[in-house]
Amino acid sequence: MVQNNSEIRYLTPPSVEIRKKKYCRFRKNRIKYIDYKDPEFLKKFLNEQGKILPRRVTGTSLKYQRKIAMAIKRARHLALLPYVTDLLK
Amino acid sequence: MLYKNLIYLNMLNRYETVFIATPVLSEAQMKEAVEKFRNVITSNNGVIVHEEYWGLKKLAYPIQKKSTGFYHLFEFEGDGSIVEQLELQFRRDEKIIRFLTVKLEKYAIEYLERKRAKKEESLKEKEA
Repeated sequence: MVQNNSEIRYLTPPSVEIRKKKYCRFRKNRIKYIDYKDPEFLKKFLNEQGKILPRRVTGTSLKYQRKIAMAIKRARHLALLPYVTDLLK
Repeated sequence: MLYKNLIYLNMLNRYETVFIATPVLSEAQMKEAVEKFRNVITSNNGVIVHEEYWGLKKLAYPIQKKSTGFYHLFEFEGDGSIVEQLELQFRRDEKIIRFLTVKLEKYAIEYLERKRAKKEESLKEKEA
């Protein structure tokens, strides 16, 4: 059995994760107003049960997270989005 | 005189109202209802900037055991007291199952106007 001693070998290769930096899509695209009448857009910020996704998942800045939450709640009031559901997507 | 006008201008706000009417209405009855609320706005010195009729839409969840509803949108300019009057009328009217009035800030107005301009442009292109 020939072994290459010059190289260090690992049983499992060390995982080098290069995580893409999250960014706020509203800051990046200079969107100032989030429309509550557009449920298809707001669905990007909901999980399957129709809950609002946290900032740490979507990467939205605090300022726009507040606006998203506002818009989603308005949309729910007008029955454009459900309050509770299964399998929204 | 100029100063007085300025104050008057500042008092004008832009609002947007969406309401849902019961699906049991006929088209004519719906038109009548819309006309009634349009009158409430104009008779209180409000100016309607934009109007949209979305038609019969499915609701995301049942309201008063109804799964569909007629949506209508008003965008108007005027004094804050209109909202009071309008919402009072909405509450009194049993044909209306849901309503929402929002004050539009400057970015919202900008966004909506840009959206409308785009729509008009695409319509013109279609005609051409």
